[in-house]
Amino acid sequence: MSTTKTYEEINQKLKAGKAVVLTAEEVAQMAKELTPEEIVEKVDVVTTATFGAMCSSGAIINFGHANPPIRMEKIRLNGVPCYEGLAAVDSYIGATACNPDNPEYGGAHVIQDLLEGKDVVLEAWAKGTDCYPRKHIKTKININTINEFTLFNPRNAYQNYNVAVNTTSTIKYTYMGSLLPNLRNATYSTSGELSPLLNDPEFKTIGLGTRIFLGGTQGFVVWPGTQFHTTKPKNELGVPVTNGATIAVMGNLKEMSPEYIQAASYEKYGVSMFVGIGIPIPVLNVDIAKRVSINNSQIETSVLDYGTVGTPKLGQVTYEELQSGTIKVKGKKIRTAPVASLKKARKIADELKKWLQNGEFEVSKPVHMFASNTSLNGLKETEVDND
Amino acid sequence: MIKKRYILNFPPQSGDKAFTYHLVKEYDIRINILKAEVYPGKRGSLLLELQGKKENIEKGVEYIKSHKITCESLDKRIRWKEEKCIDCGNCTAVCFAGALNMDKQSWELEFDKSKCVVCELCIPACPLNLFEIDFR
Repeated sequence: MSTTKTYEEINQKLKAGKAVVLTAEEVAQMAKELTPEEIVEKVDVVTTATFGAMCSSGAIINFGHANPPIRMEKIRLNGVPCYEGLAAVDSYIGATACNPDNPEYGGAHVIQDLLEGKDVVLEAWAKGTDCYPRKHIKTKININTINEFTLFNPRNAYQNYNVAVNTTSTIKYTYMGSLLPNLRNATYSTSGELSPLLNDPEFKTIGLGTRIFLGGTQGFVVWPGTQFHTTKPKNELGVPVTNGATIAVMGNLKEMSPEYIQAASYEKYGVSMFVGIGIPIPVLNVDIAKRVSINNSQIETSVLDYGTVGTPKLGQVTYEELQSGTIKVKGKKIRTAPVASLKKARKIADELKKWLQNGEFEVSKPVHMFASNTSLNGLKETEVDND
Repeated sequence: MIKKRYILNFPPQSGDKAFTYHLVKEYDIRINILKAEVYPGKRGSLLLELQGKKENIEKGVEYIKSHKITCESLDKRIRWKEEKCIDCGNCTAVCFAGALNMDKQSWELEFDKSKCVVCELCIPACPLNLFEIDFR
């Protein structure tokens, strides 16, 4: 019978400094010579990582109460609108929110400014109540004056993502970068064999409560991400060939580093935020060893035309081809470019590896596993009565 | 023989002189006009690649400067805030001149300014706004 390990056994080894931790790139190399049965014997934890723009991100902030107090009903941080429907001084600032008069500066920039210790102007308005008499406040806040500053990202770390091209005759500005006309470039955003959810495609170890690297500190997977889709087409290795599942993550921004959280602004699209995420995958059995052994030549993704409504699929390519610099679509050679940083992803995978090896980080058994048969609704439009 | 790119900025009064002709004829310089914006009576900007003997290029540049035209090597007009770069690769997607490339081993951005043709597409393509090119 082949080896199986428990979370407890792996954590004991980690604590004793005896565990073998490799990055997903290292284990993919190793798998060219060793079988999954040998890998489960040799390797205890595999670190995965990604550093890409993740629009569905944001922060929960508690400003603290002023004297006299105000029940904030309209809130701006450096002019960027924040959510005002959470009690008196709680708010949520979304990464993509922005002031229409200054669309290149958004919620992600506010989060980054706070993270870097800069002062941010808080302005809020209210109608005034008996218990919260104040109607207006304008003051400076920073990371030390606010109470909670919690990163809460509803949809991060997409399991695979499409390659974007443009078949039209004009340049298209998208969240996948500037797409030149007539198929003159192709952009991709996943870190391939290093990508977290491609190394555990069926969520055998990642679930509610999984401890992760988030923005430079320890964070957690707190829910399936929005648009959690587990029944997209898969290749023969069980890896989705287009964007599939996602995760929702949370962590303490006060402990994070600006090195792993970076605001971004895309021409004629809007604001987004690069988020650094690393997930350790415990090699519990042969099946998981097989999954983490996957390499770029075995991971495929779909090439979509972002210039045409409905983004029709034009082809399917591997990450090995994408990272080589050119792909072939419809008989045409196209230059490729990443839009997420593999260098930074590698740094995260290495950093997480160090934390694990030093016994500073435990692998955690999820307290609840995610559903495996989910699909998505589109937004169906129905007539609205005007009465 | 050396090859180098320069940005030339013309004041309004010098827009009608045939400088490039003199560069070829008197200094034996092979010129390649990579980008030109000329607004007669206002100003003009030119991206030139000069190829020839080092001393001839130096003399040619002096000749241009003596006519109140600024002539600066291209790399001095390009700013890339490298220390803030996150190596995402967005700029490499639009750089058809091949000046911006990802190193296939380290996946770091490499910027060979000598290949730049001042198309300026990298400026809006960079999500961190790290490029500045002073052409005009």
